[in-house]
Parts: sequence; structure tokens; C-alpha cells
Amino acid sequence: MIPAPFSYQRAGSVEEALDLVTEHGDEAKFLAGGHSLLPLMKLRLATPEVLIDLGRVPGLSYIEDRGGHVAIGALTRHREVETSGLLVRELPLLAHAAGQVGDPQVRHRGTIGGSLAHGDPASDLPAVILALDATLVARGPSGEREIAAGDFFQSLFETALAPDELLTEIRVPKPATAGWGFQKFTKRGIDWAIVGVAVQGHSVGLVNMGPAPLRAGATEEALAGGAGPREAAALAAEGTSPPGDNNGSPGYREHLARVLVRRALEQATAGP
Amino acid sequence: MTIIYEETGAEGGPEIPQQRVTIRVNGRKVIAEVEPRLLLAHLLRHGMGLTGTHTGCDTTNCGACTVLVDGRAVKSCTMFAVQAEGREVTTVEGLATQSELHPLQEGFKEEHGLQCGFCTPGMMMAAKALLDRNPDPTEEDIRWGLSGNLCRCTGYQNIVKSVLWAAEKLRSQSAG
Ligand SMILES: Cc1cc2nc3c(=O)[nH]c(=O)nc-3n(C[C@H](O)[C@H](O)[C@H](O)COP(=O)(O)OP(=O)(O)OC[C@H]3O[C@@H](n4cnc5c(N)ncnc54)[C@H](O)[C@@H]3O)c2cc1C
Ligand code: FES
Ligand code: FES
Repeated sequence: MIPAPFSYQRAGSVEEALDLVTEHGDEAKFLAGGHSLLPLMKLRLATPEVLIDLGRVPGLSYIEDRGGHVAIGALTRHREVETSGLLVRELPLLAHAAGQVGDPQVRHRGTIGGSLAHGDPASDLPAVILALDATLVARGPSGEREIAAGDFFQSLFETALAPDELLTEIRVPKPATAGWGFQKFTKRGIDWAIVGVAVQGHSVGLVNMGPAPLRAGATEEALAGGAGPREAAALAAEGTSPPGDNNGSPGYREHLARVLVRRALEQATAGP
Repeated sequence: MTIIYEETGAEGGPEIPQQRVTIRVNGRKVIAEVEPRLLLAHLLRHGMGLTGTHTGCDTTNCGACTVLVDGRAVKSCTMFAVQAEGREVTTVEGLATQSELHPLQEGFKEEHGLQCGFCTPGMMMAAKALLDRNPDPTEEDIRWGLSGNLCRCTGYQNIVKSVLWAAEKLRSQSAG
């Protein structure tokens, strides 16, 4: 499978990346780890005329303690997130979930920024970022802005990022309650989630339960009102619209969401 | 180096862009003029004749195309050659020396870690990346480290034994 021809530009800095995308407009796409974009290009579902490779942009791969939150550069690879001592200590949900993305080779290439910017509801990290109430930082021609995770994911492969905006940083607040849980239901040992659940305290993010990554609002409300895991998890599928495909019908996914949310909440309550 | 695509655009159509890349492959510096859409796997196989790197699925699933890029296992069917600019690439051909097999190759031989052999180069490269970081892995570590590689023949049991064999040999070599 050979992608359609394109011209290749290697950005040497954030400014250069932004200049290039302004110059080439709709024809251009950013390339980070390439582990979502390249498969789509091979299938010719994506046919950008210009690829702007972010791979050499310095200073976009880091994990830093900033007191109340941890700041992660958009180009930080899944493997770095998975193995960061700081994240394992402060944000174990994120480190653990990054370690469940694909396989070792995928984690060596894929980046957290690419995973979020791609806006795939079947991806693991968007649900985690939602449950952790992170803030995403974007740079565009008119400067920098912050986007709350809750406003970032809009629809299937659609995010709040404008085509000429670059995601630069993810700021994840250190959680007030330590309990976390992560559940990923797969057909094979290593696979995309048929349904996934990320829990931090009383926040619950869902993987693959609608056109965009979303939170289990009814479950969260019940938890805030004092409901236990079992009772709250029964509401997990409310307000969702899961897809049907050859891995499962919408009804099956709703069932999975209820079971997995219960397990994740119990995991969060039981502690590590 | 000539690589012929099944479709190169109509005659008189837009010119196909070319890009120069400089990569070290198995310690040797290589300069190539490539189309940006050329996959690293294809540069290695067709451009350089290093056909030990196999392409099985072409969809990032099977791991047969695994090579090391700056010491890390990656699937070369899911990386453009131009992304490897300035990097150090190691393929299965880079394992043995003139006179000696690499302990991983010996291990696969000793423990019958292959049947048809299609997955073997990728398995060995993924295992090399693992052993370079973790010289004394448990069976579980090995299964996890090879979880991006599929084998349709062996049932994996002997592959895990082969890697354990190699790990032990490498440890005794570095101790000795
Ligand atoms: C075999 C396989 C299995 C996988 N399994 C899983 C899994 O189990 N769970 C999971 O969550 N994911 C999985 N993935 C996807 C993987 O996590 C990807 O790495 C990730 O989705 C995309 O990150 P990337 O850096 O590769 O982005 P790319 O593919 O380079 O880019 C993806 C999109 O985001 C845009 N983009 C990238 N970076 C930026 C930025 N900084 N600012 C603005 N736009 C940007 C690109 O233009 C492109 O449109 C799998 C992938 C493969 C190939
Ligand atoms: S050919 Fe690259 S993963 Fe199968
Ligand atoms: S030995 Fe045949 S695929 Fe592994």
C-alpha cells in the first residue's frame, strides 16, 4: 500500500511549523509519530499534498513538574509517558493507560499530542485526559490559547484545533483523590478497545462510546450524590451513542460500559 | 537507486518530489534520493537489497518489518524513509558478524524458535531492543516485549525460550 505523493517539509521550530501550515493551508497536515496518519495515507483515506514533519521540532518532548500540574510536551512519545517516574508517581492513570496503547513498537513512535489531536473516539488517551480534567495548549498564527479537555473533543476525528493550530502542551492537574481505575476490553491481548473506561476519583472517561470521547455524566452525578460503584455504574451508558461494528453492536457496548465502569470504580476504591 | 511504483502520476503531470536522505544502516552511511512517500521498509528491501526485513501485513500489526531506529524497535512499514534522516538503523543483517551468529540467532537455532521463518527477523529485532534495555528479562517481560510481533507457526513458546537462551548467553559473555 503506497500513499499518494506529497511534498515533505521538516519543521525546525514551532514558528516554522506554523509558517508552513499558513503557507500551504488546507493541503497541509502535521506529521508527529505517524501512527494514525500513515496508516490512513496508505489506505488513501488521507491524501495531504504537504506533510509538515514535527519530528525534529526541539523542545516539544518533555514531562515537567509544575507544582499543581504536570506539563507534557505534545511530541512526548507514549513510551516516555508510560515509563516516566514523575507520572507513575503523580498521575499513575495516565502512565498506565499510555502503556496499554498498541504494542511496544507503536508506543515507541506514537505521541500524546498526535493521539489527542487525531480525535479518534477509539483511542485510550482522550478518555484519560477527560477524566483528569487536563488543559490543552495550542499555538496558532494569532498566538497561544488554552482549551479545556471537555471542550476539545467535538466529533469523530474533530477537535477544537483549527487546521493551522499546533497542539504544544498538555497540562494535567495532580488529582485531589488518589483512586484511579483503567479498564480496556479487547478482542485480542493487544488491540484497540471495544470499550474502555478511565476513572480518577469521581471522574469517568469513556473510550468508544460515541462519535467523540466523552464522560459518563450520569454516573459522575450519581457518585457525587453518594452512590456506590455498582449503583453509579448502572447509569454508565446514559447519554452515550456507541457505534455498531463487527466488534460489537451498540447494545453490547452499552452493556460493556456498565460492567467496565463498575470494575474501574471498584479498582479506584480498592487502591492499587 | 531506482524504485518503481505502480502509479507515478500521469505523464506531464506534476513532478514527483524527491528528497535526499542520509541514514546509517548497520553502521554504514547511506545517501539516497527518494520520494517522500517511500516507506523505510521499502528503502531497506528494494533500495538497499536488505531483504531480511520482511513486510507481512503492511498495516502495523504483524511486526515482521521491525528494525531498530536509534536503538528502539519500530515497524518500518509505518515510517517514511525521510523520517529516518540522520538516524541509526539496525536490521537483522546487522546482527551477525562475518564469523559469528548473534546470540539471538543462535538462540532461535538452539531452541527451534522458528518454523517458516517469516516472522523471525522482526522477532529478533524486537527481542534485541528488549535485551539491550533489560538483560535479564522474565518470561513475562519477553512476552510483553514481543507483543507487537505475530507468529503464525510456532505458538510462541519456543520463541520465548530462544530469547531466554540468548539473554543468558549475552549475560555470560559480558560477565566473561
Ligand atoms: C497498530 C496500531 C495499534 C494502535 N493501538 C492503539 C490503542 O490501542 N490505543 C490508542 O489509543 N491508540 C492506538 N494506536 C494509535 C497510536 O496511539 C497513535 O500513535 C496516535 O493515535 C497518533 O499519534 P501520532 O503521534 O502517531 O500522530 P500522527 O499519526 O502523526 O498524527 C495524527 C493526527 O494528528 C495531527 N497531529 C499530530 N500531532 C499534532 C500536534 N502536535 N498538533 C496538531 N495536530 C497534530 C496530525 O496532523 C494527524 O492528523 C495504534 C496505532 C497503530 C498503528
Ligand atoms: S509489515 Fe509492518 S507490521 Fe506487518
Ligand atoms: S515461524 Fe512462521 S510466522 Fe513465525
